[in-house]
Amino acid sequence: MKILVTVKEVAEVEDDFEIDGLGIDEAYLEYDLNEWDDYAVEEAVQIAEAGDDVEVVSVTIGPERSEETIRMALAKGADRAIRVWDDAFEDVDLLDVAAKTRLFAAVVEQEDPDLVLTGVQASDDGFGATGVSVADEVGFEWAAVVNELELGEDVANVRRELEGGVEELTEVDLPAVLTIQTGINEPRYASLRGIRQAQRKEIAPMGLGDLGLDASALDSPIELTGMREPESESDATIFEGSAEETAAQLADVLREKGVGAQ
Amino acid sequence: MTVLAVADHRRGSLRDVSYELVTAGRQLADSTGGDLHVAVISGNVEEFGEKLNLDGVDTVHTVANGEEFNHDVYAGAVEALYAELDPTVLLMPNSVNGLDYAPAVANALDLPLVSDAVDFDYDDGLTATREMYESKVETTVDVDADQVAVTIRGGEWPASTKAGDAEISAFDFEPEGELGSRVLGFEEVVGGDVDITDADVLVSVGRGIEEEENLELVEELADALGATLSSSRPIVDAGWLPPNRQVGQSGKVVTPDVYLAVGISGAVQHVAGMKGADTIIAINTDPNAPIFDIADYGIVGDLFEVVPELIEQFN
Repeated sequence: MKILVTVKEVAEVEDDFEIDGLGIDEAYLEYDLNEWDDYAVEEAVQIAEAGDDVEVVSVTIGPERSEETIRMALAKGADRAIRVWDDAFEDVDLLDVAAKTRLFAAVVEQEDPDLVLTGVQASDDGFGATGVSVADEVGFEWAAVVNELELGEDVANVRRELEGGVEELTEVDLPAVLTIQTGINEPRYASLRGIRQAQRKEIAPMGLGDLGLDASALDSPIELTGMREPESESDATIFEGSAEETAAQLADVLREKGVGAQ
Repeated sequence: MTVLAVADHRRGSLRDVSYELVTAGRQLADSTGGDLHVAVISGNVEEFGEKLNLDGVDTVHTVANGEEFNHDVYAGAVEALYAELDPTVLLMPNSVNGLDYAPAVANALDLPLVSDAVDFDYDDGLTATREMYESKVETTVDVDADQVAVTIRGGEWPASTKAGDAEISAFDFEPEGELGSRVLGFEEVVGGDVDITDADVLVSVGRGIEEEENLELVEELADALGATLSSSRPIVDAGWLPPNRQVGQSGKVVTPDVYLAVGISGAVQHVAGMKGADTIIAINTDPNAPIFDIADYGIVGDLFEVVPELIEQFN
């Protein structure tokens, strides 16, 4: 069986930052593997470890810098990786869901996996839509927000985490795309041995032409036109001073509310 | 223009976002003097149809097919309604079920998708407000297309409550072929020993606690205050506390007298579970953390310095 895991290198923003036009100034960004994708990688690797003859292929869309992130997936046990990039991406401010769908669908068609795992969403643009959109595009079944997965012969039995502490038990025909929720497993740290092995694993670069696409695949009717810091709506009373002073002021408030009175 | 909004329901009840979709849909329809159509699919659609007969709704389309949400039924029914109504904007909820069908519908209909919108207006095209980088920035996106699919974040529009005089119309839909997924049932996340929804005072801990062994410090604080310990999602994901302690959209909704958030940044999913607390207090190092937007009292500081001092105050 072959499992394709989509991963994304996301930018994390420091507490204090500055916006520069339609982006955040690079100085305030740190890059990391998207948290949800980390769980998707772990799930794929656990399936591979539990079964014979399971290949885990990781795919990302990103510039050369993102190889560092995709190597994390290799170090944790993915067998090989694909990195989709092209000079044409340089001019794109926002890769919308449809554009990502065209790219990943082309990869799915080339790789022909039995199962595709993605994170529920990416922490940067937060569309939360690519996995299900890709499933529709390639004619796979799907399930979104999966926090438990058991694979059968032709079906996946999943739990979908609904709102309010309720889970839905669903049976999904394979091949399928599952979007993975945090908490489904405990992602491992990459071992030193894994990191060394990852250096020898293949990261195949793929341009638009390799996927049978051209620059029009990146066209999007959705344009990013503004970015700003949200206005604070805070009317909180903020206590000032040392830890001791602020704690004392807070303790007064808590006592007023009857907290701590035995 | 025509707006088509798709309601959300579960286990016999319309979810709040359904009423919010009516407000959002009316807002869009008003900007061009258009019609608002609402669709409700599966379940007791007659009862749901009556409840969705709200002020500003022109037509409610009821699609009787199955009891509970199934994404194949939803996607097929929405696509069929779309073909009939040809709406300018297709509105769906950014709920867990919305995440499970809206992207498929947008792709099948070749519509651009703006997900998780928190605001929008329409003037020759849709302009939507979305958040990025875990709510640290707010962005504007313009959509250059005649028709668009949008999912809205729950809790961002007021719920419509005033009864209306909409036409209620049954829409016949049968999915083609066999369904590729089948809902087998539902389960509540295990209750466990403690019911955090009962507590008058909650000390709630988040990612800021950094390490599992540091939880002891917050447990000590909860003891000193006579409070119950709860947490945000990452603590439960890490397995440091059981799921019945989780406050938030996917956890429990709590309404204590006092909610003391320790090292919790206040992501929207968490806030959805605790904003009903009478008094909200936050301790966090980041002065821009969204938790301070809803807090009544706050300390901008290191929890590892503040919490021990606070324990001291009560011991």
